[in-house]
Amino acid sequence: MRYSAWEVFRNGLTGNKGWKPVWRNPEPKSSYDVVIVGGGGHGLSTAYYLAKNHGIANIAVLEKGYLGGGNVGRNTTIVRANYMLEGNSQFYSHSLKLWENLERELNYNVMLSQRGQILLAHSDGQMDRFARLGNMMRMQGDDAELWGRDEVRAKLPYLNHDTARFPIYGGLMHWRGGTARHDAVAWGYARGADRRGVDLIQNCQVTGFRIEGGQIRGVDTTRGYIAAGKVGMCVAGRSSQVGEMAGLRLPIESHVLQAFVTEGLKPLIPHVVSFGMGHFYISQSDKGGLVFGGDLDGYNSYAQRGNLPMAEHVAEAGMALMPMIGKARMLRSWGGIMDMSMDGSPIIDKTSIDGFFINCGWCYGGFKAVPASGDVFAHLIATGNHHAAANRFLLDRFATGRMIDETGNGATPNLH
Amino acid sequence: MRIDCPLCGCRDSREFHYRGTGKLMERPAADAGAEAFHDYIYMRENPAGVNCELWFHEMGCRAWLLVERDVSSHEFLSVRLAESVTRGKQ
Ligand SMILES: Cc1cc2nc3c(=O)[nH]c(=O)nc-3n(C[C@H](O)[C@H](O)[C@H](O)COP(=O)(O)OP(=O)(O)OC[C@H]3O[C@@H](n4cnc5c(N)ncnc54)[C@H](O)[C@@H]3O)c2cc1C
Ligand SMILES: [Zn+2]
Repeated sequence: MRYSAWEVFRNGLTGNKGWKPVWRNPEPKSSYDVVIVGGGGHGLSTAYYLAKNHGIANIAVLEKGYLGGGNVGRNTTIVRANYMLEGNSQFYSHSLKLWENLERELNYNVMLSQRGQILLAHSDGQMDRFARLGNMMRMQGDDAELWGRDEVRAKLPYLNHDTARFPIYGGLMHWRGGTARHDAVAWGYARGADRRGVDLIQNCQVTGFRIEGGQIRGVDTTRGYIAAGKVGMCVAGRSSQVGEMAGLRLPIESHVLQAFVTEGLKPLIPHVVSFGMGHFYISQSDKGGLVFGGDLDGYNSYAQRGNLPMAEHVAEAGMALMPMIGKARMLRSWGGIMDMSMDGSPIIDKTSIDGFFINCGWCYGGFKAVPASGDVFAHLIATGNHHAAANRFLLDRFATGRMIDETGNGATPNLH
Repeated sequence: MRIDCPLCGCRDSREFHYRGTGKLMERPAADAGAEAFHDYIYMRENPAGVNCELWFHEMGCRAWLLVERDVSSHEFLSVRLAESVTRGKQ
């Protein structure tokens, strides 16, 4: 069914009995042209673009749990294109353009809200850096506005402008940044892929790969063996383990990132505010909850839950920036496992195994990347060539010295 | 998380700085070549079970500790002074 205002109206008059399940729940076939491992944002968008842009119909997405039950449904939904380094900047710029047309593309409401994201500056040096970053963003056709102290005070009067530990010098506003409904992105791509004939197979964990003569032949799963012409891996925090099944060692560590949400409040914070100096960022969801987070807990983890010191640190940073939020009650906190790469940037590449492709190392940035990641990964799988927007996310860049290290922290994944 | 420092006793993990995998103590010889250093600096085992790692007791005795921790449960299984490991090798 194509969603439209007419369908909402018609179903409203007929007791809402016309809505159908959004995707099928097929049994796995014995063989596919392409098998995608992992039904998160990246796996689903890859399957969608493989079917749509490259005309491959015989595709399966194998998901060990349920679709969208991983990080794609755990993140704080920030979408933006204010990266600076060659390699990242054009990729995220490409992604934001796909976001801007995504609802029409998928016929699905992903609730993209381009409410603007501001990076706050707290020193002359940071203002200089943001001036440079803003210029670079504008040069490649994206938007950025450098705001001085008075402008930030006028537009974000609720920040602590007078007694802050890190006084606010200004900020870089990126109006096309914002938020989206994370689940809806997964569901929209899942529905789009299913409608193009992709089999979405849930409760199907990949437990091994069959490789013969350096060529991928298929995958062993909890639902039996499935032959595959090509395999694409999109398993986010589990990349090292799934890669290991194919004999790969990756420049990746798994870490936990927490997020927090308060009770619903009246409209209060119209933008996304990033307070990098204090390791804190915040936005307000459409339901009214303040959604915020900070940095990684800092040690390797697969636990999908963080510890209290980071919860306390994030709450302190929030109070330092906008003391008013101290009155809001925190409802929930949760954690997700992130595949942190050694330079903080992703890996989208072929491997030493013919027909086996990897898409991993998403760190903090993997939600905003979902549309472009699917687009470029599908391109790589289908054509064997890197897409122009993602030709630097190479697996061997650590050996060749072509790292894309946005924060300049080197091989310390917990600090990116 | 609490870490049982051999010198200071059981302390809140906030007193410690996390450095990363214990493999960092196995630095290749200076002439081992680029591949060995690439492996040492960038490649990680990243197990979903017991991980060997370096913690620094920054706000305590300032000793480097070599720790075994289950990264799926956050349980600490053993804590030694990193120095004692280096000494043992000499
Ligand atoms: C708290 C938090 C906040 C974040 N905030 C943001 C943000 O504001 N903006 C942003 O851009 N990014 C953000 N991120 C990062 C982003 O969420 C992730 O980088 C991104 O979702 C990862 O890609 P994915 O959606 O494909 O992952 P997932 O949804 O985790 O998908 C991977 C899937 O693979 C499946 N899988 C694993 N192993 C197997 C196997 N053996 N067989 C079959 N299936 C398997 C998993 O079950 C999972 O469903 C945040 C992350 C967290 C944790
Ligand atoms: Zn100590």
